[in-house]
Amino acid sequence: MILIGERINGMFKDIREAIMNKDPEPIKYWAKRQYEQCAAYLDINTGPTVDKADQPAVMEWLVKTAQEAAPLPCCIDSTNPDAIEAGLKVHKGKAMINSTTADQYKMDIYLPMAAKYNAAIIGLAMNEKGVPKSASDRIALAMEIVVNADMHGIPMEDLYIDPLMLPCNVAQEHGVEVLETIRQVKTLADPPPRTTIGLSNSSQNCTNRHLINRTFLIMAMAHGLDSAIADVDDDQLLDAVAAANILLNKDIYCDSFLKTFRSR
Amino acid sequence: MAVTIAKEKWTSKVSEMVLGTEPNTVKVGGESTLPFLHFEGEIPNRPITALEVWDLEPTDWPDILKKPFEGVLNDPVAWAKKNVEYGADVVALRLMSAHPDYKNATPDECAATAKAVADAVNVPLIVIGCGVEDKDAEVLEKVGEALNGKNCLIGCATEKNYKTITATAMVNGHSIIASSPLDINLAKQLNILVTEMNLAANRIAIDPLVGALGYGIEYAYSIMERARLGALMGDKMLAMPVICFVGQEAWKAKEAKSPDDENPEWGAQERRAILWEVITATTFAQAGGSIFVLRHPESVKEVKKHIDKMMESNAY
Repeated sequence: MILIGERINGMFKDIREAIMNKDPEPIKYWAKRQYEQCAAYLDINTGPTVDKADQPAVMEWLVKTAQEAAPLPCCIDSTNPDAIEAGLKVHKGKAMINSTTADQYKMDIYLPMAAKYNAAIIGLAMNEKGVPKSASDRIALAMEIVVNADMHGIPMEDLYIDPLMLPCNVAQEHGVEVLETIRQVKTLADPPPRTTIGLSNSSQNCTNRHLINRTFLIMAMAHGLDSAIADVDDDQLLDAVAAANILLNKDIYCDSFLKTFRSR
Repeated sequence: MAVTIAKEKWTSKVSEMVLGTEPNTVKVGGESTLPFLHFEGEIPNRPITALEVWDLEPTDWPDILKKPFEGVLNDPVAWAKKNVEYGADVVALRLMSAHPDYKNATPDECAATAKAVADAVNVPLIVIGCGVEDKDAEVLEKVGEALNGKNCLIGCATEKNYKTITATAMVNGHSIIASSPLDINLAKQLNILVTEMNLAANRIAIDPLVGALGYGIEYAYSIMERARLGALMGDKMLAMPVICFVGQEAWKAKEAKSPDDENPEWGAQERRAILWEVITATTFAQAGGSIFVLRHPESVKEVKKHIDKMMESNAY
């Protein structure tokens, strides 16, 4: 399970304030903290309050600051291509772009960018019409992304299809479709693309959020999920992933399995 | 879509262990691919052979096994030198005299023997106790001290005695053999316990307690295979070189012990027994074994020939 730490995002108050005050400390704290909590990537998002014109500069600062504090690659998260490219330019190591949709005009921007910077990229199984309801419609869009990524020479292991999980209190019928999509993505190419989800989205505005996130992550892992953007500060989530790795025969059991999962 | 040549891309590798002191060091491990698949990764070090020396004359060895060591079976120093002449990469001293059923030798007596053997040969040394866990802890503590700085491989450490053996390895600069009975989960757990005492992971060799051909070889094979896959996928607590005590198992087999006249249809004992040892060792080479502890000099020759061939690159 490739965990992408969600915490460096301007949606969170402390990060929003850090951006406003140019205070690197909260960014560094969360970079380090998420590194200790098994994150393989740090998601970096300026949040919606930063002006579009300022986003590239802020992204550059966030990526640099985070990478100074933790030896991790970033998942550069924005709807603004200029902000993404600004992050990629200063990024050390192999970055991940978050994200393109299946809209041709977006793929034409982001896929060449991924190829140019040798970055991985998340492809959302949606387009301008929105998020499809059924697994088969999601898969059709995923296939568009697979074909386009291949045309740009992006290896399938660098393409992460996100079937888009919606909050279970408003779109309850999507859960099973997402699980089925995760399973079917693996049939789209050989070697297959990878899969990811925005885990916390599944419990937006719900009670018992951690329980819902944890339960859905394990169900998705059983369907072959490779990665998730998640709250890695949740110890129970990490323990559940460690146990799932054993039960899915991904890690070899030993009595200290919780501890070995956390050791890098 | 473009045709992709299907090669596995491994993310991790086996740790590399150095034995002995300059200029006579021997390295094992370090592979970043499955055994001998040179086209998918690096195999920086070849598997090595060790020949056993006992500190008393073995009583249960068949004559054909004693023959190459005639005249030195009572003299571990001369025996060890002979092993080097026979081409063993390292010498494996087995302190059987410490066993309560044999001489019940004291730790100091064992340490003196180990020191004499170490000083007499210019190859690295493996020192193995008598197999009684409590006694081995006492013996290896003294042996470790006596061989301080010689960078030996000592064992076997088990769940019961690993603390003393790990401590002496750390203080005196040795590596240890961690043994667990044909169980990958226990092997992993023991490695964790040892590294938690702060012995570096590249100073542990895994002993999965292999069986000989016809005596459960497939169990050890599949465990070694699984451990190597784990190691290559990033499981650091299984990414150690594997030591296989092939001689002790192969020479226990009926097929190795049965004399010429007992089963004439099996062919001559000498050739048959050596083959049993060689096939057991080469099978484990395919499963990822790094150190083969053998008994017959002819087996060393044959196993080396096999490894020479397997180490020829098949990269493309």
